Amino acid sequence: MFNLFLLQLLNGAQFGILLFLVAAGLTLVFGIMDFINLAHGVLYMVGGYVMAMMMGTTGNFWLSLTLVLPVMLVLGLALEVLVFRRLYDRSHLDQVLATFGLILVLSELVKILWGSAPLSVPMPEALSGSIALAGPMRYPVYRIAVIGVGLAVALALWFVIARTRVGMLLRAGAANRAMVSALGTDINRLFMLVFAAGAMLAGFAGAIVSPILSVDPGMGDSILILTFVVIVIGGVGSVKGAFFAALLVGIVDTLGRMFGPILLKALMDPAAAAQAGRTIAPMLVYILMAAVLFWRPTGLFGRSVAR
Amino acid sequence: MTYMTQTLTEPRAGLAARLKLALAIFALLAVVPPLAHAMGEPFMIIIATRMMVFAIAALSLDLILGHGAMVSFGHAAYLGFGSYAVAILSRAGISDLVLQMVAAVLASALFALVTGAISLRTRGVYFIMITLAFGQMAYFFFVSFSALGGDDGVALAARSTVLGLPLLQGETGLFYVTLGLLIAAFAGLYLLTRSRFGRVLTGTRESALRMQAIGFRPLPYQLTAYVISAAICGVAGVLLANQAVYVSPAYMSWHRSGEMIVMLVLGGVGSLTGAMTGALVTVALEEGLARFSEHWRLGFGLILVLVALLSPGGLSGLLRKFNLLRDDK
Amino acid sequence: MTDALLQVRNLRKTYGALKVTNDVSLDVHEGEIHAIIGPNGAGKTTLISQLSGQLRPDSGTVIYTGQDITALDMAARVRMGLARSFQLTTLLPSFTVLENVAVAVQAREGSSFRFFRPASTERALNDQAMECLNDVGLSGTASRLAGALSHGEKRQLELAIALATRPRLLLLDEPLAGTGHEEAAQLVDLFGRLKSRVTMMLIEHDMNAVFALADRVSVLVYGEIAACGTPDAVRNDAKVRAAYLGEEEVA
Ligand SMILES: Nc1ncnc2c1ncn2[C@@H]1O[C@H](COP(=O)(O)OP(=O)(O)OP(=O)(O)O)[C@@H](O)[C@H]1O
Ligand SMILES: [Mg+2]
Repeated sequence: MFNLFLLQLLNGAQFGILLFLVAAGLTLVFGIMDFINLAHGVLYMVGGYVMAMMMGTTGNFWLSLTLVLPVMLVLGLALEVLVFRRLYDRSHLDQVLATFGLILVLSELVKILWGSAPLSVPMPEALSGSIALAGPMRYPVYRIAVIGVGLAVALALWFVIARTRVGMLLRAGAANRAMVSALGTDINRLFMLVFAAGAMLAGFAGAIVSPILSVDPGMGDSILILTFVVIVIGGVGSVKGAFFAALLVGIVDTLGRMFGPILLKALMDPAAAAQAGRTIAPMLVYILMAAVLFWRPTGLFGRSVAR
Repeated sequence: MTYMTQTLTEPRAGLAARLKLALAIFALLAVVPPLAHAMGEPFMIIIATRMMVFAIAALSLDLILGHGAMVSFGHAAYLGFGSYAVAILSRAGISDLVLQMVAAVLASALFALVTGAISLRTRGVYFIMITLAFGQMAYFFFVSFSALGGDDGVALAARSTVLGLPLLQGETGLFYVTLGLLIAAFAGLYLLTRSRFGRVLTGTRESALRMQAIGFRPLPYQLTAYVISAAICGVAGVLLANQAVYVSPAYMSWHRSGEMIVMLVLGGVGSLTGAMTGALVTVALEEGLARFSEHWRLGFGLILVLVALLSPGGLSGLLRKFNLLRDDK
Repeated sequence: MTDALLQVRNLRKTYGALKVTNDVSLDVHEGEIHAIIGPNGAGKTTLISQLSGQLRPDSGTVIYTGQDITALDMAARVRMGLARSFQLTTLLPSFTVLENVAVAVQAREGSSFRFFRPASTERALNDQAMECLNDVGLSGTASRLAGALSHGEKRQLELAIALATRPRLLLLDEPLAGTGHEEAAQLVDLFGRLKSRVTMMLIEHDMNAVFALADRVSVLVYGEIAACGTPDAVRNDAKVRAAYLGEEEVA
């Protein structure tokens, strides 16, 4: 039982790390640009497809993964210049309209280019084994690597945000948007950078997850909503908040699905427990989010609104 | 909540023009069934019914989103409550439309009362996201509801009856009942938005601080509007289930909620007629493009992006730009 | 002597290290015009916001008509007759001028949970609103959109809305700022006439207006009351001259 718990905890952490990679850029877009971007999930999906395509042509995992980054960066820049830039000072509703449209466009393009059937990406040889965990349990090396890479990215982001000039602007922007606007022309470059980096991270997440999950046109949808949950629990605009919230959401979601029914069985008869468990498990993270917002209407690390 | 007044401020000069537009739409709709029969295209009636069902849903959303500046991203949940009220009651042997509507209204209102009270503690992006979360909860509840088909949904044995009569069995009967309810929803909301209550609601949209400074606490009014809006959308859900003779959690997915916002923004928020035209045009576009190509979503998505980029204020903004919606007050 | 209409006791509010309101105590008596003057950033608006319930003080009490109202929100205070006008004009821009005032009348006249009758056809609301517009000299613009008014007209409307709440004590935050010569004279005249029925706390930079209208003047400097007394006493107070009036005269 304990081993199972440990295993699921690791799975949850790995899922959380993935959520963090997608959420990190989006929380800044929400917080600093006050921009509602529904199309961030499709960038994650496009990352998966670009990875699959690169693997198909080069056959080399590491080369493909490296190539995903510039492709996503360029895509992010292109979207910023063509669409997002024109919507920064428009209402949230116009932003919803445009980015909802973008979801449809990008998802359909992917279906046209690669079809609707799920694609799979082979795992690199070097990471395909598993290592011994406590006792007889083993854990896949690849998943450990995902956690490690995610932590490294988190550390790098922390460094950029805490120690560099760009980071200073980001922090100022998350705390007080008017202040960033007052900084003048720099702002356009900052927005572009945040946007492109966010697209790159989301695409990267889609790429590294591709050997574990299959790549399919719906993958962006499911992660997008959980990303929103992460951002809101962490506090809009806070990368640190996104990190902790992502781990929390990843772990709660994974453990809930596994242990919810088991716990409920202690309370009621098995059939009812199974049904209740199936009902409650997917709702858990949303209940968590509603509860957090009930106690802290601006999330765990969000700036509070003055009364 | 002044963050969106930019596109929300609806010049009221065009009020009379708006009423005329609404009447014209109703008149046009009323002649669809005979026209469809004459043209030998009865399928048109089914599409028009769907258009009207979503027009009712969009109208309900316009009350809170357009007039109250509460951007709900979970409104499709109420379409679901309405549809499942039909499925659950008809399975229990209650097939009367009126009773089903009462149940749908009560269920929607209750869910809205509880979730609205919590959601309205938050503002801006947080409000959008928490309503999304509640919508997802409702969605996953019905996904795991295996007695009613779970993920796949469930087909209804038959459409609802009205006072024991099989009024809705034919497409034409359902069409006119839906049209009647659309007109009722429009008329009710038209009066509501101009009443004392509506004035407080729109006033809060313009400036909550101002409203507090003259002695209002916005919350009870916002919450009431939220509940009314949910109840109306629940009625749309009852109609949707009857139209499709089938219910499924897909009715309440976040995609649907997003699509409802899209309908509103496409038509122009805060004017009721905008919501109505937006829904009619959206459903017509979807159905039309779908006949054209299996990849219709590409074209539809491009249209949405272009409207957002080129025409703030949606279609009514566009019309205004070309002076087609002139004020004649 | 009877208790003052408004009694402020040891009010404090800080923003970080900044003591915006620093142990402020003052009384406003029924029937008087009590002016608060002080340099920019002295904390005048912050003080009014705490009196009106928009901001919560860190400590201290606000007593109005003998009741401790420190914990009440803005709406409750307005209903007790404690109204304010905003320094930064706060209107309903897509409402007409008349509607902006009528909705304030509506707030105190009957329930607003009425869903069907068009509010714009309610004579009682419109008539009272029109009276307030007459008072401030805005009756000619009743059907225009508030967002389309000139700056001076917006200031007048701000005042008409406050009057429509039927205040017993009116907190006025720089009502003359941004108005033209004629409008300002008209408003000063109005305050003089109102004095018989409404008690006023007046924040104003226009010294002529202050000394013409005020019964008593308090001087706020760095969040503290530096002096309080009749206009003449304050005008001759050495500390005040140094801290405030001196600057004005030089500037
Ligand atoms: N929310 C806030 N956070 C931090 N500082 C604030 C805040 N609100 C006001 N201040 C500061 O408090 C001080 C007092 O502000 P306040 O607006 O009360 O001054 P005032 O006397 O009304 O000035 P003015 O004559 O310019 O209207 C100013 O220094 C201002 O910068
Ligand atoms: Mg001030």
